[in-house]
Amino acid sequence: MVLQSTWFFLWGLLWAIFFITDGFDFGVGTLYPFLGKNDTEKRTMIASIGPLWDGNEVWLLTAGGVTFAAFPKVYAVMFSSLYTPLMLILFALIIRGVSFEFRDQIVSPVWTRVWDAAIFIGSFVPALLFGVAFANIFMGIPFNGEGVYEGNLFTLLNPYGLAGGVLFVLLFTLHGALWLCIRTDGDLQQRTIRTARILWPVLLVAAVTFLGASWFATSLYDNYLSQPALFVIIAVTVAALLAIRYFIAKEAWFKAWFASCTTIFGATFYGIAGLFPNLFPSSLDAAYSLSAFNASSSPLTLKIMLGVVLVFIPLVIAYQVWAYSVFSHKVTEEDFYAH
Amino acid sequence: MDVVMLSRLQFAAATMFHFLFVPLTLGLSILVAIMETRYAKTGDETWLRMTKFFGKLFLINVALGVVTGITLEFQFGTNWSRYSEYVGDIFGSLLAIEATAAFFLESTFIGIWIFGWKKLSAKAHATVMWLVALAGSLSSVWILIANAWMQNPVGYTIRNGRAELSDFMAVVTQKYALLEITHTLSAAYMYSAFFVMGISAYHLLKKQNVELFTRAFRLALIFGVFSAAVVAISGDMHGVNVTEKQPAKLAAMEAHWETTTRAPSFILAIPDEKNERNFIEFGRIPGLLSFLGKHDFDAEIIGLKDIPKDERPPVLITSLAFRTMVGSATLMIFLTIWAFIKRNKLLESPKMLKAMLFAIPLPLLTIEAGWVLTEVGRQPWIVYGLMKTSQAASPVASTQVLGSLIGFVVVYSLLGFVGFWLMIKHAKNGPEPVQETAA
Repeated sequence: MVLQSTWFFLWGLLWAIFFITDGFDFGVGTLYPFLGKNDTEKRTMIASIGPLWDGNEVWLLTAGGVTFAAFPKVYAVMFSSLYTPLMLILFALIIRGVSFEFRDQIVSPVWTRVWDAAIFIGSFVPALLFGVAFANIFMGIPFNGEGVYEGNLFTLLNPYGLAGGVLFVLLFTLHGALWLCIRTDGDLQQRTIRTARILWPVLLVAAVTFLGASWFATSLYDNYLSQPALFVIIAVTVAALLAIRYFIAKEAWFKAWFASCTTIFGATFYGIAGLFPNLFPSSLDAAYSLSAFNASSSPLTLKIMLGVVLVFIPLVIAYQVWAYSVFSHKVTEEDFYAH
Repeated sequence: MDVVMLSRLQFAAATMFHFLFVPLTLGLSILVAIMETRYAKTGDETWLRMTKFFGKLFLINVALGVVTGITLEFQFGTNWSRYSEYVGDIFGSLLAIEATAAFFLESTFIGIWIFGWKKLSAKAHATVMWLVALAGSLSSVWILIANAWMQNPVGYTIRNGRAELSDFMAVVTQKYALLEITHTLSAAYMYSAFFVMGISAYHLLKKQNVELFTRAFRLALIFGVFSAAVVAISGDMHGVNVTEKQPAKLAAMEAHWETTTRAPSFILAIPDEKNERNFIEFGRIPGLLSFLGKHDFDAEIIGLKDIPKDERPPVLITSLAFRTMVGSATLMIFLTIWAFIKRNKLLESPKMLKAMLFAIPLPLLTIEAGWVLTEVGRQPWIVYGLMKTSQAASPVASTQVLGSLIGFVVVYSLLGFVGFWLMIKHAKNGPEPVQETAA
């Protein structure tokens, strides 16, 4: 029980770290066509995430890999149920990954435009679809006792699912904007600041709407009502969201970005705490739901993997923090991808 | 077509495409790290220009290798959910360890390497490339341990209706894994050696940047000679291992139907699977198969007829893949020897240089054929002797799989075309002129 609950928490933690890290580079990619007015600004935006996005994306692989290792049945049913959205996410990530590498290889307006579009699509689509997917998981997914999904892509595109998508896009876009404020100056930074100021109230409305809609669309609050201490998560998340605005006003970009990290972390754990012990609830019958207790790996595997995670995750965080510190200065032309 | 077949085609397309790029990154990262270390130690600009030139080719490969690798991990869930459920306790942990212990290191430090030229000292920057190289090979070690478990499952018990881990060390240290790791890694290193030699040959034929490409050629040659030796030795040992662990694969790769002692090999054999014989048998070498399989010309080798029909792999594909692998690998070994003989008079050996230039795709063919042999030869099992491929696919609609398969083919074809075109373009352009690098 303790082992499985620990893994449930780690599972949520890895998704949260993925959303925090890759989240800001999805955000920068989403803002890319709107804020980059000329080639220098576009290359500045790419350079702001260039050294970091690849390492960030491994958190997705780790979140997926850990789902596979610790909760194989969840991995199997979740990924096959969400087949089409997941494939769309993967294709988006493919074209995004190569576009950073390919964009500046050839000097030609058409070539550049193609990869610019790829950066935007490759960043926006995963942000949206991860939101849609997680909101649907909060509600429950129509799969039966055999693990067979009984809906289609459009089943997932319900109002609450779409609200989740919009919320994720807004969270990541603001997160990306704040990262850009850290790493840019001049005109580009001024425009980014204005964008962040516009995005913040929109995000606030979306977040409050989502919290309210969850009351009606999901049973997330059952856990909160039986364990009122959990409301701390919501309080911290909302406080962090308000802190973002405070630090934007003070032009303390790093603090604002950190508050945004906390908001995303809180938003993820808001759902994780409400789901517990379910990882993948079924909307057809609660008996089909996959939980930390009925879908986990053997105790031996859970113990070995716990050892692996406790050794390597802190190490990974340590060298990634170092990488972030090497690349947290204002981007100049020297930082452009040289060919 | 049914979901199983479509999923197999999709996985085959996705892995084979992934493996067009990954093997090169494994060896090229080591060669680039050596080049950069030489620069950091000597301050000689030629090494720096060489590092940047091959580094650029390396990065195009990495980009394609990385993005196509992500889809592979997720396909076990999307397309092979029954498999994932049944063996995730073991297989899933190996993939998760790969991501945490190796892939993180590679991806994080590659970003630092690309953007860190001005941020780090020359020595620190070279160290970063060594970490990338180490992480790349480490990553493949875990993936190959996972694959070896599918070839020869060990360290598990069937409990709760699935395969559960009972002995982690048995999984990680089994002989099958060690041989697969040695054979695959050395083959990948050999590919990168041929890649560097081939591109150097192109420029040496044109007498451009002679000093730089002579050094690069010789460096890659040494690397290639060592790798070739390991490929050959591990390949031989692996053959014996397969004979013991997967008799059906051995019989299929040699199109060997009757159980006999002193079993022969043929230079070419085209099987007639329906009538359980071969259409064509050419170049019979008595006892060779017995020797390859058991290191004894008189040993008994099980024939396909003694393996139940529903447990035989597709004989034609398996045997052709085996012949392609062995044939082109042999050719590569001869080319390596030729290059070694001429190593001190490269410019006076245009024939050898031309041969090396045209040999660039050869290792790719060898490696892909080797994997077709490994994977098709394991059929009809997804986990040898434990679970059949036909039981492993997800309960999803075939239209979904068809859609994603078409998506993969279209996107990967476009990317592959662009990737190879960019590599050829950069390879032909050659390194930056001296002034620009120094600036």
